[in-house]
Amino acid sequence: MQSDDVIWDTLGNKQFCSFKIRTKTQSFCRNEYSLTGLCNRSSCPLANSQYATIKEEKGQCYLYMKVIERAAFPRRLWERVRLHKNYEKALEQIDENLIYWPRFIRHKCKQRFTKITQYLIRIRKLTLKRQRKLVPLSKKVERREKRREEKALIAAQLDNAIEKELLERLKQDTYGDIYNFPIHAFDKALEQQEADSGSSDAEEKDDEEDKEDVGKREFVEDDEVDESDISDFEDMDKLDASSDEDEDDKSSSEEEEKAVDTKHKGKAPLKGPLRRKKAYVEIEYELETEPEAKAKTT
Amino acid sequence: MAKAGAKSGGSGNKGLKRKAATEEPQEAAVAEDGTTESRVQPSKAAAFPPGFSVSEIKNKQRRHLMFTRWKQQQRKEKLAAKKKLKKEREALGDKAPPKPIPKTIDNQRVYDETTVDPNDEEVAYDEATDEFASYFNRQTSPKILITTSDRPHGRTVRLCEQLSTVIPNSHVYYRRGLALKKIIPQCISRDFTDLIVINEDRKIPNGLILSHLPNGPTAHFKMSSVRLRKEIKRRGKDPTEHIPEIILNNFTTRLGHSVGRMFASLFPHNPQFIGRQVATFHNQRDYIFFRFHRYIFKSEKKVGIQELGPRFTLKLRSLQKGTFDSKYGEYEWVHKVCAYSLKSHLDNFKRME
Repeated sequence: MQSDDVIWDTLGNKQFCSFKIRTKTQSFCRNEYSLTGLCNRSSCPLANSQYATIKEEKGQCYLYMKVIERAAFPRRLWERVRLHKNYEKALEQIDENLIYWPRFIRHKCKQRFTKITQYLIRIRKLTLKRQRKLVPLSKKVERREKRREEKALIAAQLDNAIEKELLERLKQDTYGDIYNFPIHAFDKALEQQEADSGSSDAEEKDDEEDKEDVGKREFVEDDEVDESDISDFEDMDKLDASSDEDEDDKSSSEEEEKAVDTKHKGKAPLKGPLRRKKAYVEIEYELETEPEAKAKTT
Repeated sequence: MAKAGAKSGGSGNKGLKRKAATEEPQEAAVAEDGTTESRVQPSKAAAFPPGFSVSEIKNKQRRHLMFTRWKQQQRKEKLAAKKKLKKEREALGDKAPPKPIPKTIDNQRVYDETTVDPNDEEVAYDEATDEFASYFNRQTSPKILITTSDRPHGRTVRLCEQLSTVIPNSHVYYRRGLALKKIIPQCISRDFTDLIVINEDRKIPNGLILSHLPNGPTAHFKMSSVRLRKEIKRRGKDPTEHIPEIILNNFTTRLGHSVGRMFASLFPHNPQFIGRQVATFHNQRDYIFFRFHRYIFKSEKKVGIQELGPRFTLKLRSLQKGTFDSKYGEYEWVHKVCAYSLKSHLDNFKRME
């Protein structure tokens, strides 16, 4: 004999109900046919022999009803009605099916149906947007890849590789004239020349220079330097330098050939005015006050 | 305790001093229960005839002890051999044979048939007609769009900013929930040549999608070891607006070649050497290391480099023929991850190096 009060008295209130979940403030009902999710006398599907729910399956909403007449036939206990896709028509259907049923169940059914339709709409909207796919990472694989990356980094020797590549590019002259390392560049040019025409050219060059010096007439200035002209010293230097330019260039190139020392590395060759090829005299000046001092003592 | 006695006699030559007192009662206790006592006893006395291995001893402590002893002996022998070799080398002096080159993974690798030969005609023809041909013919100059996945966090945003300073002519746009498939036609209409999407997971950037725009290939990389500018030690000042040079190292196979070309097409053709900046993509064992440096030539044989800009490591996960399309795209290459294969470390998969 089915007595709701007895069932509620035992299961709901006092003894164990396997569908019941208790939290600090509330208790919930886990039964799949529960109308609200709470554990109440009026919303417990076990303790009410006349009960109805709305359930959703694959986007379709159904109204489930149970009456006491079928309580003895568990297989046919729940009657299922498929609801209309249209919201209003479905509400009418609910009303029609639950026409003389208690107010509470009717109201709760409609509420539940509303909520279900709302979340179905939301699902449909979201599926049109971008879906985020979660790709599981295998810890083993991740660990392995991390370790391999570290080893590859060590094997790569990045700094060395980059430096080597840059020096290669410098050698192959991709940078053009930006960097003048004259020794390097001139060495290369010299090597090229030697390779082209043998060493005889270099000798001829030297001979030519000597011959030129032998027959050349120059006007050389005096070694003395006047005090009044000290300010024009640089200008005089320049004047002389311009006439001796050819000679200077050749001799400077010779010097550079020989000198592999670090002084000229990376710097441009010394320019004209600073070169003191010709002899010059340093002049010391005495203070004029000294003879006065002498006079004083005597 | 005859058995125990025999055992201790057998192991006496190995030095019974260690743990002798604690061992014997344990041995005795276990030996009675041990199943291999008959095997162990005579072989110990005979000092390990072949066919006996340390792993057959059932007693864990004893086994461990025997193993450590064996290991020490091996180490001693190895050291002695090394010393002997060294002495021989010194004795021979100049006539000594050259030192053997140590084997590394890079040395031992199986030769990949898809390695590109610089004179290969087929490759040259392919490259003249592929999607990057217009770039390499100087017809188009690159314009990059950098963006992230949804709702980027601080690190990703900063990485995007720094990347945009590294890559000239690039713009950062925030993704506000837009679908990539809708972004791409817009980009094409605004003359962008490349799209970079930095994927983020748990507040750190972990993926990079590089898509060449007018229907070019799309490469999907896994990004790791991201270091932003302020995390790099001994770094230089911020990079200037000069167009950097590019170094692409070790992109030797066909796949590597196409990926290398993808990277090259990000940067404009005319590097400004005055800026002395260089961006490096170095491929080692299928990991692409990206670095950004400023260099200075101290002499013609010496160059100093100083790291600027962000650094990260990429690993190619997939290469797709068209623009970004995860469902219907035609994949040219997909990295097959096999957690259980013995071969996975023997480089039998298609490689980039």
